[in-house]
Amino acid sequence: MPRDSLITSENDIDVGLDLAEDEDVLASEEGHERERHRGKRRDGDREKRKREKRRRKEAHRAEEGEDEVQTRPERRERGKRKRAKNDQEAKGREKDEAEEQELEKLKEAVDDRKKLIQGLRGKPFPMKKKLVTLRESQEFVEKYEGALGKGKGRKLYAYKVMMTKKWMKFQRDFENFKTACIPWEMKIKEIESHFGSSVASYFIFLRWMYGINMILFGLTFGLVMVPEALMGRPYGSMPRKTVPRGEEASAMDFAVLWDFGGYAQYSVLFYGFYNNQRAIGWLKFRMPLSYFLVGVGTVAYSYMVVIRTMARNANESGVGDDNSFNFSWKMFTSWDYLIGNPETADNKFASITTSFKEAILEEQESHKDDNIHLTRFLRVLANFLVLCCLAGSGYLIYFVVRRSQKFALDGLENHTWWERNEVNMVMSLLGMFCPMLFDVISALENYHPRVALQWQLGRIFALFLGNLYTFIIALMDEINLKREEEKIIKFNITMWEVSLYNGTVSENSTAPSITIHPADVPRGPCWETMVGQEFVRLIISDTMTTYITLLIGDFLRAVLVRFLNYCWCWDLEAGFPSYSEFDVSGNVLGLIFNQGMIWMGAFYAPCLPALNVLRLHVSMYLQCWAVMCCNVPQERVFKASGSNNFYMAMLLVILFLSTLPAIYTIVTIPPSFDCGPFSGKNRMFDVIHETLESDFPAWFSKVFSYASNPGLVLPFILLMVLAIYYLQSTSKSYREANVELKKKLQTQNEENKRKNKRAALKAQMDLEEARKTASQTAEQQKNNNASLQDQEADEEEDFSSSQRLNHGKNGHHPPPTAGDRQLPASRAPAPRTYHHGNHGAPGYLPGFSRQSEPRMCRVPSLQRH
Amino acid sequence: MGTTASQLGKDVLSEYQELTFLTKQEILLAHKRFSELLSKEERDRPDTRVNIYFISNPFRQRICQVFSTSDRKDGSLTFEDFLDLLSAFSDSATLEIKSHYAFRIFDFDDDGTLDTGDLEKLVNCLTGETDETRLTTDEMRQLINNILEESDIDKDGTVNLSEFQHVISRSPDFVSSFKIVL
Repeated sequence: MPRDSLITSENDIDVGLDLAEDEDVLASEEGHERERHRGKRRDGDREKRKREKRRRKEAHRAEEGEDEVQTRPERRERGKRKRAKNDQEAKGREKDEAEEQELEKLKEAVDDRKKLIQGLRGKPFPMKKKLVTLRESQEFVEKYEGALGKGKGRKLYAYKVMMTKKWMKFQRDFENFKTACIPWEMKIKEIESHFGSSVASYFIFLRWMYGINMILFGLTFGLVMVPEALMGRPYGSMPRKTVPRGEEASAMDFAVLWDFGGYAQYSVLFYGFYNNQRAIGWLKFRMPLSYFLVGVGTVAYSYMVVIRTMARNANESGVGDDNSFNFSWKMFTSWDYLIGNPETADNKFASITTSFKEAILEEQESHKDDNIHLTRFLRVLANFLVLCCLAGSGYLIYFVVRRSQKFALDGLENHTWWERNEVNMVMSLLGMFCPMLFDVISALENYHPRVALQWQLGRIFALFLGNLYTFIIALMDEINLKREEEKIIKFNITMWEVSLYNGTVSENSTAPSITIHPADVPRGPCWETMVGQEFVRLIISDTMTTYITLLIGDFLRAVLVRFLNYCWCWDLEAGFPSYSEFDVSGNVLGLIFNQGMIWMGAFYAPCLPALNVLRLHVSMYLQCWAVMCCNVPQERVFKASGSNNFYMAMLLVILFLSTLPAIYTIVTIPPSFDCGPFSGKNRMFDVIHETLESDFPAWFSKVFSYASNPGLVLPFILLMVLAIYYLQSTSKSYREANVELKKKLQTQNEENKRKNKRAALKAQMDLEEARKTASQTAEQQKNNNASLQDQEADEEEDFSSSQRLNHGKNGHHPPPTAGDRQLPASRAPAPRTYHHGNHGAPGYLPGFSRQSEPRMCRVPSLQRH
Repeated sequence: MGTTASQLGKDVLSEYQELTFLTKQEILLAHKRFSELLSKEERDRPDTRVNIYFISNPFRQRICQVFSTSDRKDGSLTFEDFLDLLSAFSDSATLEIKSHYAFRIFDFDDDGTLDTGDLEKLVNCLTGETDETRLTTDEMRQLINNILEESDIDKDGTVNLSEFQHVISRSPDFVSSFKIVL
């Protein structure tokens, strides 16, 4: 039988492997301990192999017991050919039953093998062994898989097996494909290896942000901008899509375009260009509805993604919240293996040393404040200064925005570049210099670096937020001004139309629409486009400042330091200017606020996500390059884990704060009367009502109107509140149960410790006693042959202890034989000395090494709990 | 096995994918990097030291020794050892295998437990070579006592594998920092 030969050959391989390994072990003269260490693993393997052998034997028996089984395929073929007779079939059925059981066993064996194959990568074997095991198991599976199942089931089984194989392969390929698709992976890994994981975490965050912005861009581009550009009415067909006559001359100037005026203003990039036609093109695309839904959808999607990521991060990092292993963690997990740069490594060494020293100091609790009053005073002073800074920057922005409104009323043409871009420049400059100021101020406070970093982040956050909100409040003022203006213009327009009609009433009544060019029609100020423009300008200037600071602050500085160092009186590289560090927290904050502005402005300027994608793309390359070429690793190398959720939490706060004003304007302010997709409506969300009424069947709108009735909405809200309350209380109780369980675990642990200690002590005592008696008996034996009974008992004890010495957890006591009777005197001490010698520590007390013996027995009990 | 050929065979590649936590690209990259280190005699068993990748890792020698299957105990790695190493240090490796290898790396004298000597060496590795970062003997004693107090559950004066894994499994950032990328 070929199969039989296969099995024996497999067994041979097994044995050969064992032999080879034994030889290997014999050959290696490293040390007794190492062998034991390995032997432990090998024991486990051996057991596994034994199990496999047993399984194989079972399979084997299955084969042998029924000769028919093995020739089954042939038999079936024969049966097909010859049309087997009835009695033969009956016999076959009987056999089939027996066969089934054995097949079942075989199937189990095969499944076990498969499991083994799957779990192999998680086993700490060397590759060679893994390869051998893998090939062996695969061969086994392939050989026997075909024999499984029978009749129709057989085909199905084979098909299933084939499909699982294909599916596995597909999954693996897909996984490979997915990793190949992740952009900038190599770049980030390179940075990771140079600067550690904290700097890399910024770039990973940036990439994540890029992904989100890609989706936002896809939504706005695919569902708003492209349909309007392709199917909407073309440029110049109506007033809102035409540059007014007064601006036509300068509409193509670069300065105007750079400010997103002129032709840029009257394009799909901004809200005002969109028409309020309900359905456009041959697709009958519902443009206003799509605009509204995309606006809401981008925000909803962002919320979903941020919250989901936060939840996942919280799950991942939720384990390590207790401080019971403070020192051990510092010891075992503080090295960042990604660091591949000597300088970073030096910094890391320093920071680890400090953290050790700090921890020791804290443990000793000898940490005493030299002058607590002075520190307190300084901290209050620092906070006061920071508050002053914040208030000052807020006022400055408010002042500047109001001034720019005045300039705008005068007309932008007769002002300088600075006066036109004052707001953005002031905001960017504040964002650049205030953090430096905070850094200086925080030196007063004398906080622990980690706490100081948090304070610093909080302050910068407050600064950015304050600036953003001042900006928004100023914008609100402007919106109100525009709306006043709009009212006047609206009145004027009606007057103008009336006069027009009066003048042409003698002729045809359809005349005005023909004779008046859309560029000449007077129009309202369109506050929505104005808001969009402001945001776009803000983003542009912010991006520009970021890039320019990068180039000047990092690159130019690095170049100067590098090349001026040859002819300077002190060492520039090590001394004052030095190279700049990569500021992770500042960059992350910048990114977050940038994103906040995108969320705020995207409704009024559909081009914002596109701009942001561009910006992120460029900054990915630029910053990667800058960080590799002109930054030095941070002095305080801290690990990234844990900070991720901090970033996310900030992002969530910003998301909420930035959707607030956007939603406020959408809900409370009526849209402009002559521009944008919602013109002519009382509120922007009226588009939903309109769609419900005209596009859905009547019953649907009826249902909707019932559903939006306060009588239904209020109970629903109540229900939701109740559900939240319920969930919160259950989570609280779970947490309590968790704490309870933890306590229980701790007490159990302590109990165990005590028990173990007692056991260890007892074992030690026993050993001591045994040795004593053994030596005594040996002496006795040597001198005078004492009573046999006594000796045997002692011997047994001693033998068991020496057994334990050799075999660890092997609790098997062979009965003392006559030949062994001389053992205690001659052999018992031998393993001990052997043991010593290999420890390489002659100073060890004999008791010490013995004390460690029962450890091996206790390991399993530890694992059990 | 065509492991040292300039291009890995397809079946070998898929086997490696099965046996490690690495993706196809990573294996190919590893192979490329590895064969860059080799000279002309690629045919016979390559005994190349690969400490290039861990230039500033204080455990570089330990890592090589742990993953080496060489008989000469010189920490030389074959390509398969190298793959084992990368797999254990890869992103997707399980906590179990990572902690197992971490334990063996920290176990300087290869006796299966972390005793005082091992811990001392470990601290010295972590604090660097220079005198200014080194801990004083008092601090060292205190630190090691604290560590044993925390993690030596059975109080035998050493930390064994299961104790070590117990400690490590609670740590929030072990998995994220026990990584090496090519």
